[in-house]
Amino acid sequence: MSAISLKDLDISYGKAKVVEGVSFDVAEGESFALVGESGSGKSTVLKAIAGLAPDWTGEMAVLGRSRGHRPDRGFARRCQMVFQDPYGSLHPRKTVDTVLSEPLQVHGLGNRDARVEEMLRAVGLDRRFRFRYPHQLSGGQRQRVAIARALMLEPKVMLLDEPTSALDVSVQAEILNLLKRLRAEQGLTYLMVTHNLPVVGFMCDRMAVMNRGRVVEIAPATALHDGSFADPYSRALYAASGGTAHD
Amino acid sequence: MSAPLLSVEDLRVSFPTPAGRVEVVKGLSFDLGRERLGIVGESGSGKSMTGRAILRLVRAPGQVTAKKMEFEGTEIQSLSERRMRDLRGARISMIMQDPKFSLNPVMTVGRQIAEALQAHERLSRSATRARVLEMLDAVRINDPALVAKMYPHEISGGMGQRVMIAMMLIPRPSLLIADEPTSALDVSVQAQVLDLIDELVRDHGMGLILISHDLNLVLRYCDRIMVMNAGRVVESCAAADLHRAQHPYTRGLLAAVPRMHETRDILPVLDRSDWSGT
Repeated sequence: MSAISLKDLDISYGKAKVVEGVSFDVAEGESFALVGESGSGKSTVLKAIAGLAPDWTGEMAVLGRSRGHRPDRGFARRCQMVFQDPYGSLHPRKTVDTVLSEPLQVHGLGNRDARVEEMLRAVGLDRRFRFRYPHQLSGGQRQRVAIARALMLEPKVMLLDEPTSALDVSVQAEILNLLKRLRAEQGLTYLMVTHNLPVVGFMCDRMAVMNRGRVVEIAPATALHDGSFADPYSRALYAASGGTAHD
Repeated sequence: MSAPLLSVEDLRVSFPTPAGRVEVVKGLSFDLGRERLGIVGESGSGKSMTGRAILRLVRAPGQVTAKKMEFEGTEIQSLSERRMRDLRGARISMIMQDPKFSLNPVMTVGRQIAEALQAHERLSRSATRARVLEMLDAVRINDPALVAKMYPHEISGGMGQRVMIAMMLIPRPSLLIADEPTSALDVSVQAQVLDLIDELVRDHGMGLILISHDLNLVLRYCDRIMVMNAGRVVESCAAADLHRAQHPYTRGLLAAVPRMHETRDILPVLDRSDWSGT
């Protein structure tokens, strides 16, 4: 059973069709990347899976269950999303504790105190951060909170939308290490959107290259080592990212 | 060796806080010839403030002091605001990060570029127009006459940044400060814009200060590199020698970047205790 399966997915915003005929399968436990330039539709695919872009046709299934157009409570238990900007994705007037307890409350789960403590530890945040507000945290700490929030319901599939592009390189390294460790510890499946090819090389097994709403190529991450891309657009993207034989 | 284009000694920028004045640039000194200098650092390292201080664009309550800040032999600090305005744009130009916020949305691209030129030179209308089109052509815009009539929202980000470059270079300055000129752009456009800046800087024999958080980018486009951390320069070297960098901060930064040929399982993380005492 694949973790995420998309078939002939078309997504529109109003009259504009921004994603056309996207099909791919992500195996359970795999880390899969969507790469491409801005406007290529990569984030839109993630949004559609999460239910944030409801105007789509085609087939989507997450962990074997097909995804409908309506909000799905059970879906939230299986699949969660982490957004790009940790400065914009946390409620400014809610403490870390409230943010992390909310999903448990919504889904009627008990033992909240222990679960919040445990999750803070898992994402490498000291317990003194528990009752702080987002403005009292650095960008890297906020992204840790956002990841913790996504993991509160113990989902198996994580949708990551440029999780490190708003962070400094040294902080990016910390968050990437964290994501990698969590995936190994909890057996997670990642679908990650990024424009940074070296990050794909570090984090992912395979990638789909998108251009103008279509997937032009699906390649293994090892293609980044030697630039063995079949599609001319993928090769151009690789070259523009500084990919050369000696790197 | 000829006299340096820009010579800065003991530059300090400070801001008041409830806990007293905080220095964000702590005694920076460097000489710049007609070369390409890269300033690298993370957020809060003071790299952008350095660029702004050179143009005297740090607003009150921010305070800038320096023992010396000479541009082409003139002390910048003692210039009147009016003389400073003649210098800005005409002799020293600055390209900002995001074209979306730097262009005037209700003015055509052509008029904005013409305005930059008219502020510093008196030219006839036809001569101005010719210079604008020539400049748009130099920044590789395919149909200059058409683009000159467009408004900023009608052009793409990469094109917008090229328009910014045209606007900054049309008065033929001798020093260009580029503060994260491509961080709002896609990778494929980034290379084009930087190649263009590089080519124009070389052709006109200008000096360039490239401010960025991206080590690899600065490595590719600069001759000399200064690495800043917490307001101080921790390392200054030729770009070719950066991989032999000594300071633990520089080495940490270099190691923390994922590589295209990534084989490491864990990325090394900066251990900030290494140099925080220094």
